Amino acid sequence: MKNKNTSLLDSSLYMESIGSAFKKLHPAAMIKNPVMFVTWVGAGLTTCLFFSHWMFFKFSAFELQISLWLWFTIIFANFAEALAEGRGKAQAEGLKKNRVQAFTRKVVGKLEEKVLATSLKKGDVVICETGDTIPSDGEVIEGIASIDESAITGESAPVIRESGGDRSAVTGGTKVISDRIVIRITAEIGETFLDRIIGLIENAERQKTPNEIALTIVLCALTIILLLAATTLKIFADYSHIVVTIPVLIALLVCLIPTTIGGLLSAIGIAGMDRLIRKNVIAKSGRAIEAAGDIDILLIDKTGTITLGNRMAVAFIAAPHILEEELAEAAQLASLSDETPEGRSIVVLAKENFQLRAKTLRPIESRFVPFSAQTRMSGVDVLLENGQVEREIRKGAVDAIKTLVIAKGGFFPSELQVAVDEIGASGGTPLAVFDNHKVLGVIHLKDVVKGGIKERFAELRKMGIRTIMITGDNPMTAAAIAAEAGVDDFIAEATPESKLQKIRDDQRKGFLVAMTGDGTNDAPALAQADVGVAMNTGTQAAREAGNMVDLDSSPTKVIDIVETGKQLLMTRGALTTFSIANDLAKYFAILPAIFMHAYIVDGEQRGPLAALDIMSLYSPESAILSAVIFNALIIVFLIPLALRGVSCVASSSSALLRRNLLIYGLGGIFLPFVGIKLIDVVITFIHLV
Amino acid sequence: MTSSGMLQIGIYISLLLLLTPLLGSYMAKVFVGARTFLSPLFSPCERAIYRFCLINPAEEMNWKKYAWSLVLLTGLGFLATFFLQINQSLLPLNPQHLPDVPYALAFNTAISFMTNTNWQAYSGESTLSYLVQMLALTVQNFVSAAMGIAALLVLIRGITRNKTHELGNFWVDLTRGILYVLLPLSIIFSLLLLSQGVIQNLSPYITAHTLEGLEQLLPMGPAASQIAIKQLGTNGGGFFGVNSAHPFENPTGISNFLEALAILLIPSALIYMFGLMLNSRRHAWMIYLVTIGIFALCASVMLWSEYLPNPALGVAQMLEGKELRIGITNSAWWAAATTAASNGSVNAMHDSLSPLAGGMAMFQMLLGEIIFGGAGSGLYGMLLFVLLTVFLAGLMVGRTPEYMGKKLGAREIKMVLLAIIAPSATVLIGAGLSIALPAGLNSLANQGPHGLSEILYTWGSAANNNGSAFAGFNANTDSFNIFLGVAMLIGRFAVMFPVLAIAGSLACKQAAPTSETTFQADNLTFAILLVSVILIIGALTFIPALALGPVLEHFLMNTRQLF
Repeated sequence: MKNKNTSLLDSSLYMESIGSAFKKLHPAAMIKNPVMFVTWVGAGLTTCLFFSHWMFFKFSAFELQISLWLWFTIIFANFAEALAEGRGKAQAEGLKKNRVQAFTRKVVGKLEEKVLATSLKKGDVVICETGDTIPSDGEVIEGIASIDESAITGESAPVIRESGGDRSAVTGGTKVISDRIVIRITAEIGETFLDRIIGLIENAERQKTPNEIALTIVLCALTIILLLAATTLKIFADYSHIVVTIPVLIALLVCLIPTTIGGLLSAIGIAGMDRLIRKNVIAKSGRAIEAAGDIDILLIDKTGTITLGNRMAVAFIAAPHILEEELAEAAQLASLSDETPEGRSIVVLAKENFQLRAKTLRPIESRFVPFSAQTRMSGVDVLLENGQVEREIRKGAVDAIKTLVIAKGGFFPSELQVAVDEIGASGGTPLAVFDNHKVLGVIHLKDVVKGGIKERFAELRKMGIRTIMITGDNPMTAAAIAAEAGVDDFIAEATPESKLQKIRDDQRKGFLVAMTGDGTNDAPALAQADVGVAMNTGTQAAREAGNMVDLDSSPTKVIDIVETGKQLLMTRGALTTFSIANDLAKYFAILPAIFMHAYIVDGEQRGPLAALDIMSLYSPESAILSAVIFNALIIVFLIPLALRGVSCVASSSSALLRRNLLIYGLGGIFLPFVGIKLIDVVITFIHLV
Repeated sequence: MTSSGMLQIGIYISLLLLLTPLLGSYMAKVFVGARTFLSPLFSPCERAIYRFCLINPAEEMNWKKYAWSLVLLTGLGFLATFFLQINQSLLPLNPQHLPDVPYALAFNTAISFMTNTNWQAYSGESTLSYLVQMLALTVQNFVSAAMGIAALLVLIRGITRNKTHELGNFWVDLTRGILYVLLPLSIIFSLLLLSQGVIQNLSPYITAHTLEGLEQLLPMGPAASQIAIKQLGTNGGGFFGVNSAHPFENPTGISNFLEALAILLIPSALIYMFGLMLNSRRHAWMIYLVTIGIFALCASVMLWSEYLPNPALGVAQMLEGKELRIGITNSAWWAAATTAASNGSVNAMHDSLSPLAGGMAMFQMLLGEIIFGGAGSGLYGMLLFVLLTVFLAGLMVGRTPEYMGKKLGAREIKMVLLAIIAPSATVLIGAGLSIALPAGLNSLANQGPHGLSEILYTWGSAANNNGSAFAGFNANTDSFNIFLGVAMLIGRFAVMFPVLAIAGSLACKQAAPTSETTFQADNLTFAILLVSVILIIGALTFIPALALGPVLEHFLMNTRQLF
């Protein structure tokens, strides 16, 4: 979904947005935004007045211009919203192309049947082979295949999907590029992952988020009180023998009510969601994005996130009177058939340290003993011609080997025990190596922490987020890795229950908790967390449980998500502050213009309240018109900011507040003085008034 | 301004700052039920009251029950005050045989005193018997002040308590507020006033023969006891019509100083108490800084403008409407204090203040009586603005806004805004209707911008529960008595009930622990933002009206036009 072609410069998008900006003038659409609705009513009234005056041959260019600019104000706001929606819509269109319309091979009993993809039900079983598009979301129940998921993730490298385990989920709309898999469908057409993404992107009827609702209340309250202030102004002005016409009063009202934030509010929300999608994260609700900005604690899975996912052999520690090379050779032999990353890393280490070439053992000479959960060891038996075991080489958990060697009449050297404890204390895993009745030594396996992860956690800490590592390791190992990776805390020997309990405990203390996970056993915790980010590579259950899905399956994506959440709130806050701060200048433009002629002393041009005209604008009409024009244009100028979001840097709250207050508060007070004066100069120059 | 005037202001502020922590920490102890040095004296009384009134002091109330208890007591207070007034001719302690108070006036007065407004459409000495003054008005002075403090306590509990509906017991808060705080302070204060010559008797009025050989009727009465509480409890309702400009109510320089000090004492100490109870003294000091900063600003403008020469009258100092023995500095300072706190007692006629000083007095009231404000009500009003500020600031730092760890949701914000705009809307609608309808204009003594100021002041005072008046306006008509009565009700309860509701919903939440990124409300940035929010909201709402009233009058005065 890395749809780079929907940039800000897409002209067709602009044309479409302009069109829908006009369509949104429908009162049924306008009423949803109270601030803009008041503007709409004001614009309507002014227009009616203009036409009724015109009918009686009193053409007023001033009234016409006020009406036009009031309409522009609304259209600009609608345009902002349409633009934000349009960018999402373009992405949704792209995704829709991946929906499957064709036939698929459904398994009924022992037979295959060709059916329409749209007719599939939950629980149906289908077969997909090379070149097929997977008809709907499902779980692989048989086979293994490489799949092109670029339609969803934008990532062109194919991924492996296989039955069982944590990589069994397939997504409708993706393509099988090799092999054959049998899939049990888990979502009906219309409810698939792809469908929901499209729905989320397209759906303009978003639910308002809690902060958005609260802000709307503030804006409504301001509008109400300013409506009263403007209405009573008419009464007070009449009392003071000042003539205030209705268009002027409406102009004042529209300038004062927070049209800037009112007009851009929904665009900000839509754009926030959209920004997240660009970062390849699908949020199932706006609420989740907002909550992300508030996260205090992040629970993060160790494996594959903090560490590379596999333990690596880093050293051979030989028993007394045993050469290290001897140990390496035996360890290599024991690992030759071990296809696990740990096994491979042992072979590599032996090769690197002692230039031991991996010998090819002919099957006739040897018998591999695979790892099993009961024996907790693996290895190889080197056989004589007659099938007798010549050498019995094993590597495995220390206590398992210990039991074995004692059973064979040997012993476990105490010096080695010291090394074993040291490895354990440093967070590593010791593997003992056994060769014909005696222990040769131990291999030091170590979790390798990903490069750069420490810096990412430091960044999170700066944002006020504590990271907690979850791992199935024992506490000692966990502590060592936690220290190395720079997480704030860890949970060792974690079970699904303990993860869930941890989240509940933290939530009870008032923390907001985020969790990233991919496995089915993460699902309960993902559902309980305030923000549950499921990896797209994860199981269907995990993706269902989380309220966000990270298509890149990048665990540090949470930082981006938090930033987007914060940005969303900051943009709203900054523009609200700006909008309200603007009012001061507008008062200084419009009030002197209205009150200028009150209580004029005989022989003077202007009344005493003209002293408030600190911008020395050209005329009352030009002053009012300038304020209205500024009020409309500022929306256009702020559209990019609304769509992009105010920049969010990880810093302390007071530094952030000071910065935003300076820019949007102080700037909001002074900018309109300059802007209105400039507009006044321009419209006077081109004789608009 | 003379150096002695400046010295007085200096002593005033120093004494206020000295007494604030003393009284504040005492009140903090009282309201959590801890032992104080007065406990041996009062706790037996307290227990006796609970036993007699069948109150279980350990019972906690949720916000709705608390609000209903409050309504119940207010209603009883209203009925008692109302019926005592309309039947005073039948009742004892009426040596002047004053007639029954008319219904509309009695209605207005009853509401006025029960809402801590003390708007007076009458003159005490010519309208009310001693019995009504003592039994109805003085009692209401105590009760209404204690109620304001009680509502503040509920809000504090809402902020500090977690996951509960229990917000304290109204009857306990009320009893403690009166017994431990208001009563002892009033007793000390009335003794001080008596020492200065404030009268306290039940005698009939005295006819005096002046040096010119004329007869003058000197009103008497139990003044000192009522004046003490009207100054302390931010009530402001004078025993005599001219309030503290009357020599029997405010005889000496010292009495004037003490009465002025008493205006700000409790509201100021409550901010300190708030800091202690919240365990966030820095935050409370920031609120204090904002409060005293805005007050200092307004008071300075008032003093400055009072000392401006009046070109229209050709005089260097405007002494009309002021007591010569009190002088300009003390009159202006008192006016600043009494409109900042929702006291409303006066020692000069605000109608006669210079236009800008009158405008500032009005502006302080129109801000919602939050600059010190009423007993309890001032601080909870200020906290509404704090919540609004925190909301804006929270958004700007990119977090769901939270105050003291409590997240602010749509419900709290709704209540905050309801409470903030209800009084303002009442002022605008009331003033607008008064001008649009002929009945309103008939009450005006002056025309032009000054007439507009009179109307604005009247509604501003009533709807924000201040109670002082711009003298030119005749508010004692049936319609104004009733409508202003309603305005006072709105000003009191359309703020107090939302505050209780906010307390209720905050108490249900679990406070989140603070982190680096939570917005801290205890630094200068917060204080500056709070000042801006208060001033901008106030300015946006009332700039047009104030421009056509006091501001216009100021400019016209300079062109030698008077109204």
